[in-house]
Amino acid sequence: MDIPYTVAVRPDTGLNNGKIAIWLFLASEVMLFGALFAAYVMLRVGSTSWPAGATYLNVSLATLNTVVLISSSVTMVLAWASLVRRDFSRFRLFLGVTILCGLVFLVIKYFEYSAKFHHGYLPRTNTFLAIYFTLTGLHGLHVIGGMTVNAWLWGPGSALWKTDPAHFTNRVENAGLFWHLVDLVWIFLFPVLYLL
Amino acid sequence: MVTDTAVEHAGAHDAHEEALGFWRRYVFSTDHKTIGIQYAITGLLFLLFGFTLMMLMRWQLAYPGRALPILGKLFGEARMPGGTMLPEFYNQLGAMHGTIMVFLGVVPLAVGGFGNFVLPLQIGAPDMAFPRINMASYWSYFVGGCVMLASFFAPGGAAQSGWTSYAPLSDIATAGQTWWLFGMVFLITSSLLGSINFIVTTLQLRAPGLGFFRLPFFVWAQLVTSFLLLLAFPPLEAAAFLQLMDRQAGTSFFLPSGLVVSGQVIAATGGGSPLLWQHLFWFLAHPEVYVLILPALGIVAEIVANNTRKPLFGYRSMVYAVVFLGFMSFVVWAHHMFITGMGTTMAAFFQTTTMIISIPSVVVLTCLIVSLWGGSIRFNTPMLFALGFLPMFGIGGLTGLPLGLSATDIHLHDTYYVIGHFHYVVAPGTIFALFAGVYYWFPKATGRAMSEALGKLHFWGSMVFMNVVFLPFFVMGLAGVSRRLYDGGASYAHAQHVLQWNQVSSIGAWCLALAQLPFIVNFFWSAFRGRRVGENPWEATTLEWAAPSPPPHGNFPRLPEAHRGPYEYSVPGSDRDYTPQWEPAGA
Amino acid sequence: MGDAHDHSDLDRQVRAALLVFACLLALTAITVGAWRLHLPTRTAITLALCVAAVKGSLVAAWFMHLVAEKRIIYWVLALTAVFFVPLLLFPTFGALDAVRLH
Repeated sequence: MDIPYTVAVRPDTGLNNGKIAIWLFLASEVMLFGALFAAYVMLRVGSTSWPAGATYLNVSLATLNTVVLISSSVTMVLAWASLVRRDFSRFRLFLGVTILCGLVFLVIKYFEYSAKFHHGYLPRTNTFLAIYFTLTGLHGLHVIGGMTVNAWLWGPGSALWKTDPAHFTNRVENAGLFWHLVDLVWIFLFPVLYLL
Repeated sequence: MVTDTAVEHAGAHDAHEEALGFWRRYVFSTDHKTIGIQYAITGLLFLLFGFTLMMLMRWQLAYPGRALPILGKLFGEARMPGGTMLPEFYNQLGAMHGTIMVFLGVVPLAVGGFGNFVLPLQIGAPDMAFPRINMASYWSYFVGGCVMLASFFAPGGAAQSGWTSYAPLSDIATAGQTWWLFGMVFLITSSLLGSINFIVTTLQLRAPGLGFFRLPFFVWAQLVTSFLLLLAFPPLEAAAFLQLMDRQAGTSFFLPSGLVVSGQVIAATGGGSPLLWQHLFWFLAHPEVYVLILPALGIVAEIVANNTRKPLFGYRSMVYAVVFLGFMSFVVWAHHMFITGMGTTMAAFFQTTTMIISIPSVVVLTCLIVSLWGGSIRFNTPMLFALGFLPMFGIGGLTGLPLGLSATDIHLHDTYYVIGHFHYVVAPGTIFALFAGVYYWFPKATGRAMSEALGKLHFWGSMVFMNVVFLPFFVMGLAGVSRRLYDGGASYAHAQHVLQWNQVSSIGAWCLALAQLPFIVNFFWSAFRGRRVGENPWEATTLEWAAPSPPPHGNFPRLPEAHRGPYEYSVPGSDRDYTPQWEPAGA
Repeated sequence: MGDAHDHSDLDRQVRAALLVFACLLALTAITVGAWRLHLPTRTAITLALCVAAVKGSLVAAWFMHLVAEKRIIYWVLALTAVFFVPLLLFPTFGALDAVRLH
C-alpha cells in the first residue's frame, strides 16, 4: 500500500516522514558523540597531565581536512539546490565533488594514522591517544557511511529521479543533513583534539 | 486526498501481498503485524530462556554446592563438574539472565511486539511509516539475540560481569564479554531504527480526527518510550565502543592506574575511570527501566477502560504525567551510584530528581486504580492480569523509595532488597501487563479467542508464585544479604537467619514455571483451535477494533476517521455501553 | 507555490550558503591563528569552544536550514540539547564533587 506523507507534507506538522526521521536520527548521533565528548572531559579533568594536541598530531593536515569537509558541505547544499532547479547534471557534478572531498578527507586521515603508528603512537600508548583514535575513528566511520549513501544516490539510487523527482530531491536533502552533521562533529573535534 | 488513495491501494495491495512467496510474506515481511508477531514470539521465547537460566541458578542458591540431579551432568565439566555449579558459570547465568530478560525479552515484546502490532492499528494507519526499516529493526534484534546466545560457547563462557558490565571487571573478563558488547551494538541498532519509526508514524500517520488528546494512552506510552530509546541508547553504544577499545586495543578508558589482578599489576597505561563506565551505562539503563514500564502502563490502561466500561479517570493527567516521567528519567541515573564516593551536591541533586520522578508514577497508578471506582468490572483474563499488575507495581514502586534516598540506599544497595524492588516492577509488574496484552489482542491478531479457563489458571498460579519468589527478597536484603552471591549468603554470619528464604524462593520459582504451562498450551492451541471471533469481541472503542480479525495487509478496507475520544464507554443516552471512536457522530 | 517564488527563495538560500562558507573559512583561520598565539589554557579552551559553537551554529542554521524549520524539529532538538548537558558535565562534576579520603 502507499504510506501517506512519504513525499507530500502533512498539513498539521508541515513535514514529510523522511525529514522527521533524519532529524530524529541526527538527535541520536548528537547523543552518541556527546557521550564520547563527555568521556573526553571526564578523563582530561581527572588526569594529572594532558599533552597538547600538537605533541602527537599534525595540525596542518587537520586544518586542511577541516577546509575539505567545510567545502564538501557547501557542495552538498549546491547538489540539492541543483535538484530543486531540476538540473540533474549539475547535481551529479556537485555530489561527485562532495564524495571526492570525503575521499580526500579519508586519505589525509590515512596518512595521519599511519604516521602515528609508524612512530609507535597507538591507542594503548596513553589516554590522549586512546580518545583521539576513538573519536576520530568513529567520526571516520561516519564519513565512510555518508560517502556510501552519497555514492548510492549518485549512482543506482538516482534512478528515482526519473520516476519521482520530488522524492529523490528529499532523499538528497536528508543525506545532506547527515553529511552536515559529520561536518559539524568535526568542527568540534578539530579544536578539541588538535588545538587544546 | 490521502485517505482515498490509501483506500484505493489497500485492496489492490492485499492481492499483491498474496502473490509474495513464503519467505517475503512470513520471514522477511515488511508488514507491521507480521513483524510484531515475530518480535512477540521471539521475545516470549527469550523470556522463557531467561527464566530457565534463573531456575538453574535457584538450585545453587537453595542448595549451595549440591549437585543438580540428572540435568546437572548436561552442562559439562567446565560449567558444572559432577553436576555442581561453578561460581564462574553462576555468574554467567546471572549476567545473561538480566541481559536476556531486559534486552531480548521484555523490551522486544513490549515495544517491538505490542508497539509494532497495535500502534498503526490504533491510529488508523495502513502500516508503519517505514516498513522496510521495521523489518531491518527486527532482524538486527534477531542477530543480536543470536550473538548473545552464541556467547555461552565462547572460550571462558558468556559474559559474567552482571548485566551492568561494570569496569574494571568487564574490561578484563573472558571473550564472552566481547560477544556481549557486539550483541548490544546489534540490539541498540534495532532499538534506534524502531524508535525512529514509531515516532514518525505517530506524528504523521494518525487518522483524520485523531488529535493528540484523542490518542489511546497506549499510543502516548509508546511515543514517550520511543523518545527514551532514541536519546538514551547512544551513550551506551559509545560506552560499548570504549570498552571494546579497552579489551581489544589495549586502551584504559575504564582501567584505573595500578590495577592489580591476581596479584599482578596489569600491563595497561591506566588513567581511566571505572566510574565513567557507570555514568554512561546508567545514562541509558535508567531510562531503560521506564522503557520497561511505560508500554505496560499503556496496556493496562487500555484493558482497564475496556473492562470497567467507563472512561479512564484523569486521562489528561496521565498523559502529562507520562511525558513528565519520560523527561525526568534522563536526570536521575546516578541514584544507581550513591555508594561510589559521590559528594553531597551530586547526591542531593539525584535524590531530589528521583523523589520528583515518583510523583508522575503515582499519578498514573492512582488514575488507573480510581478508574475502577464505579465501573462495571468484567473479570476476564486480560483484566485479571491488569488488576494484578496494580498492587504489584505499587509494591515495586514503593520499595524504590528507600533506594532513591542515598542515606537508606547505603544499607540497601546491592542487596536482595534491590532485586526484590526491580523484580516486583518488572515481573508481576510489566510481565503481567504483557500477559494481559497477549490475552487482549490475541483475538485481533489471530481471529480466535484464547481459553478463559486456562487463562485464569495461568493468572492465579502466576500471581501466587510471583509473590512466593520475590517477597522474601526484601527480608533477605534488609538483613544485608548481597546480590550476585554464588552461595546466596550461606558463608556470611549475618545472613544465617534468613537463608531458608532461598529455598522458599527457589521452590516458588519452579512452581511459577509450572504455572506458565497453561499459557504455553493456550497460546498455541488457541491459535489453531480457538473459538473464532469477529472484529470487536471485547466491545472496545479504540480504532484497532474497527479492523478485521486478523487485519489484512493495509489493515482497514476503508481507513477510519476518529470522531471522538478513545474511551467513550457508557455514554449517557446511548443504547450501548460503548461508542467506538470510528463511528460517525449521530449514528 | 509558484516556481518564480520558489527560485528566488532558493537563490537566497544558495547565496546564504556561500556566505556561510566564507565565514566558516575565516573562523577556521581565526581558530588556528589563536592556537599559534599559545594562549593560557583556560582562555584557549573558552575561545576555541566559542568559535566552534559559532561555526556549528552557522552549519546548523544555514546548511541544515534550521532557520526555516518546523516546530516539531525545534522541539526534538531542544529536548536533545537539554539531555546533552547533563551527559556532558555530570560525570566530570561528579568526579570533582567526590569524597576525597586524603
